[in-house]
Amino acid sequence: MAEIMTIIGIWIGVFLTFSIFSFLYRDNPFYRFAEQVFVGLSAAYGFIYIIYNVLVPNLFTPVLSDFNQNWLLIIPGVLGVLMLVRIYPPAEWISRYPLAVVIGTSAGISLLFYLKSDFMNQIAATMINPFETPNVSAISGGLLIIIGTICGVYFFYFSKRQEGVFAIPSRIGIWFLMVSFGASFGYTVMARISLLIGRIEFLLTDWLHIIK
Amino acid sequence: MRHILLIASLMCLLTDVIHAQTTSFEVKDYPWDDGKKLILEWKIGAGLDSLRIQKADPEGNFITIYDTTESFGSIVDDDVQPEQEAEYLMIAYNQSTSDSVVVSRGMTPLVQWYNLQKTPLLITMLLLSGMILYYIFASKRGKEFFIRRINALDSMEEAIGRATEKGKPILFVPGIGDLDEIQTIASLTILSHLAYRAAQYDADIIVPVRFSMVLTAAREVVKEAYIRAGRADAYRSDRVFYLTDDQFGYVAGIDGIMVREQPAANFFLGSFYAESLILAETGFSTGAIQTSGTANAHQLPFFIVACDWTLIGEELFAASAYLSRDAQQLGSLKGHDFGKILCIALILVGAVLEYSGIHWLSNMFNLG
Repeated sequence: MAEIMTIIGIWIGVFLTFSIFSFLYRDNPFYRFAEQVFVGLSAAYGFIYIIYNVLVPNLFTPVLSDFNQNWLLIIPGVLGVLMLVRIYPPAEWISRYPLAVVIGTSAGISLLFYLKSDFMNQIAATMINPFETPNVSAISGGLLIIIGTICGVYFFYFSKRQEGVFAIPSRIGIWFLMVSFGASFGYTVMARISLLIGRIEFLLTDWLHIIK
Repeated sequence: MRHILLIASLMCLLTDVIHAQTTSFEVKDYPWDDGKKLILEWKIGAGLDSLRIQKADPEGNFITIYDTTESFGSIVDDDVQPEQEAEYLMIAYNQSTSDSVVVSRGMTPLVQWYNLQKTPLLITMLLLSGMILYYIFASKRGKEFFIRRINALDSMEEAIGRATEKGKPILFVPGIGDLDEIQTIASLTILSHLAYRAAQYDADIIVPVRFSMVLTAAREVVKEAYIRAGRADAYRSDRVFYLTDDQFGYVAGIDGIMVREQPAANFFLGSFYAESLILAETGFSTGAIQTSGTANAHQLPFFIVACDWTLIGEELFAASAYLSRDAQQLGSLKGHDFGKILCIALILVGAVLEYSGIHWLSNMFNLG
């Protein structure tokens, strides 16, 4: 029985894989079917996942098992319920309060996080002595880091029209950005090819048994 | 014979006592920290030349963490948990005679209310926040601030105009991040402007979202924009809808919308990951004008190659101020620009100091 289920599972996987790949030709009923199964199943799975992996362990179980220690969890629980008030249009405005709490809290937490990681750490990593070692590649690498960072930051300076002499660091900055984007593009394309290989491997190994 | 043995024993005992009296090992709490460090200080007595410090692992087994021949000194153990006792053994010994002294110590690292090492972070935060507040108040008092042109945003009017002419919808994707992502919030601010313009031109706008919180916020933003434009009657809540939480399920759904609804303009603004190229390529194949923007640097290359316009990183955050000309947002952007100039100045000064062999500035910014 288990083997039959496995075989059925493989055939469904093959059918859905080809249905999705058929989009490369054009939109068609097979793609539409696969897309809607995917969207519907993932939405339903997400709903169940949130109940059993978020609400039950983080809210229901702690509150029901030890209320005195975990009564504070009622507050996010109530905020969550307030979000549902949107179902009733006259009270829709109430749902703005939990939204405000989430946005305000996120902004506050992100401020410290990004200030440290994207500002302070970046500055510290660029405060280097490029002439520390007499090696030509190390010196040019150090200088590139300092010039690239300064010009890259200046590209995002919005308070000054980038004309004349002020356009020079900005242009250098965009060159640095484009070179890094090019390198990143090539690197990621290689990673994507590995995803394609994974899918072809599934077809050739699990379905056709051409690869053992 | 008995006397000799007795004297020898007494000598040994006396040596041990001397070793033990002059050897010390102290474990101290690291002052003004987040409870993740302890200071281990030692001093080896006369006649001993080596030292080994061992630490108890969660199972109670002692593992060597430090070996030295220095007669005194201290190390910082930063592999401890706040409010959990750490136990240590110090074994001071003589390599040739095998004489040894073992001292056991334990200490619970305490979490202090103020982490002294993060003072530069506090000063920087206060300085930047202060400048942002200053510019916001100055802007509210009517002071004019110049913001340079952001090319990608000029496409917005063109895209809305084209959608209106062709009678086709505008697709706005606010990224795959939840509402706790700053990029999503920036994206919704741009959506507000776009929805306002769409309402004015009577263009249809479609906003598929990935998370329930984003759905609520996006609906609120679009509805408010329609009301602001005096077109509350034209607002359709079913055009701002939830697809799925799953990353690629969401992408498959948007691909389907792009192919079937054939939007005249696509906007991909927010936090994007592996799906960026799939979305941008599908949109390109439908012939839509595409504007994208994200602060996820590793996804920008894909948007740049497949979209007509791309907001690079910080431009996404500047876009809403540029579009709305809102005093608060303009002031905030000016404050950010102050931060950028500060960053450039600090890097230059820091590099010069490093070249001169002065390291205090880089050490101050190195928060680990």
